[in-house]
Amino acid sequence: MAKIVASVNVSHVPAIGAAWDNKKSQEPYWKPVFDGFDFSKKWLAQLKPDVIILVYNDHASAFDATIIPTFALGCAAQFPPADEGWGPRPVPTVIGYPIMASHIAQSLILDEFDMTLINKMDVDHGLTVPLTLMFGQPKEWPCRIIPLPVNVIQFPPPTGNRCFNLGKAIKRAVESFPEDLRVVIFGTGGMSHQLQGQRAGLINKEWDKRFLDSLCADAEVARRIPFIEYVREAGSEGIEMVMWLISRGALEKDVREVYRFYHVPASNTALGHLILENKSFKS
Amino acid sequence: MSNDDPLRREPTEGFDDVPGTTLFDAQRARQGYHVNQFCMSLMKAENRDEFRANEDKYLRKWPMTDEQRQAILDRNWGRMIELGGNIYYLSKLFSTDGKSFQFVAATMTGLTQEQYAQMMLNGGRPIDGNRSKSEWAKKAGAGK
Repeated sequence: MAKIVASVNVSHVPAIGAAWDNKKSQEPYWKPVFDGFDFSKKWLAQLKPDVIILVYNDHASAFDATIIPTFALGCAAQFPPADEGWGPRPVPTVIGYPIMASHIAQSLILDEFDMTLINKMDVDHGLTVPLTLMFGQPKEWPCRIIPLPVNVIQFPPPTGNRCFNLGKAIKRAVESFPEDLRVVIFGTGGMSHQLQGQRAGLINKEWDKRFLDSLCADAEVARRIPFIEYVREAGSEGIEMVMWLISRGALEKDVREVYRFYHVPASNTALGHLILENKSFKS
Repeated sequence: MSNDDPLRREPTEGFDDVPGTTLFDAQRARQGYHVNQFCMSLMKAENRDEFRANEDKYLRKWPMTDEQRQAILDRNWGRMIELGGNIYYLSKLFSTDGKSFQFVAATMTGLTQEQYAQMMLNGGRPIDGNRSKSEWAKKAGAGK
């Protein structure tokens, strides 16, 4: 059977993609950010996942304001990088896994999660920046990737608890897929940041740390955080962190913290990164 | 957000209590629909050219309010957000202008871009004193 063995949680700040694409990753401002992923790159290269389920949010790139899907699943064979207004990022096209994505979609819907299924979609920095941080600049991304976009832009987004339960349903869906595959799930976005209003620039390190600590435990605290607390404590865009609960829900109750990295600032944002493995998993 | 906004009904609990923050909820998304769709149109180079040639004429293709149109012409980012614009949609407009997220964020806080960038390097805007509107009211009262 297919099995999710680990989660990678990481911010997806667009300026990180721009810094990488414009060869600024070794400049003093950005070097500590990219150095923070040296271990992670090696870890993932050793783990060699067959499939990544990548939870992220589109930033008014593939979706405009006409239709707002809360949870969507990319079922296409491939997903080109989006032109976000300054040309597509020079990164490989994402190769999907339609058979597995369709299986997951069917399983989730019968498990009472009403997914929007997507057969054509460009993927923006929300999906490609985490891949750059974890893989660098390969000619092809080294595995298949199933995108799972979540609406966190138009409020309210799904609650953390709903996201956590979706993660559990994804675990069941993956484990009922007959191929013998190693799967890693990515939760992306966050951590504390606010891009708008007089309060722009908000960072809350203590809150971010508590959130990370809860994910490393069983997430019973984190999954109960109400929508408005994210906004108040971690900023209006910090709400992206509900997506980290999807990746946490997809793991087992007992996990081990493999790696943690936290850095302020990446442009306007507190960059957070957390790798968790199921305790039952022996690599 | 002022209560004279006709599209604004009873907010969901707590939505309007976070200071210096406009929550892009379903009501506001409805209010800003044409502002945001105008912004999306700027993802195409030919539309950007047409917009630059005559901004007012281009904006009149979208049935937005005069107030919304004026906020766009004035590049009043805070006002655009109050009138239903969302920062990720507005990013198409400020990218057309060659401006960054950090420039626009700085503008909305009343800081220069240099001051704002320095605040971020110093660890960002602290949470203490910035959680609720009552905290801001207290600060304003103390300043008098």
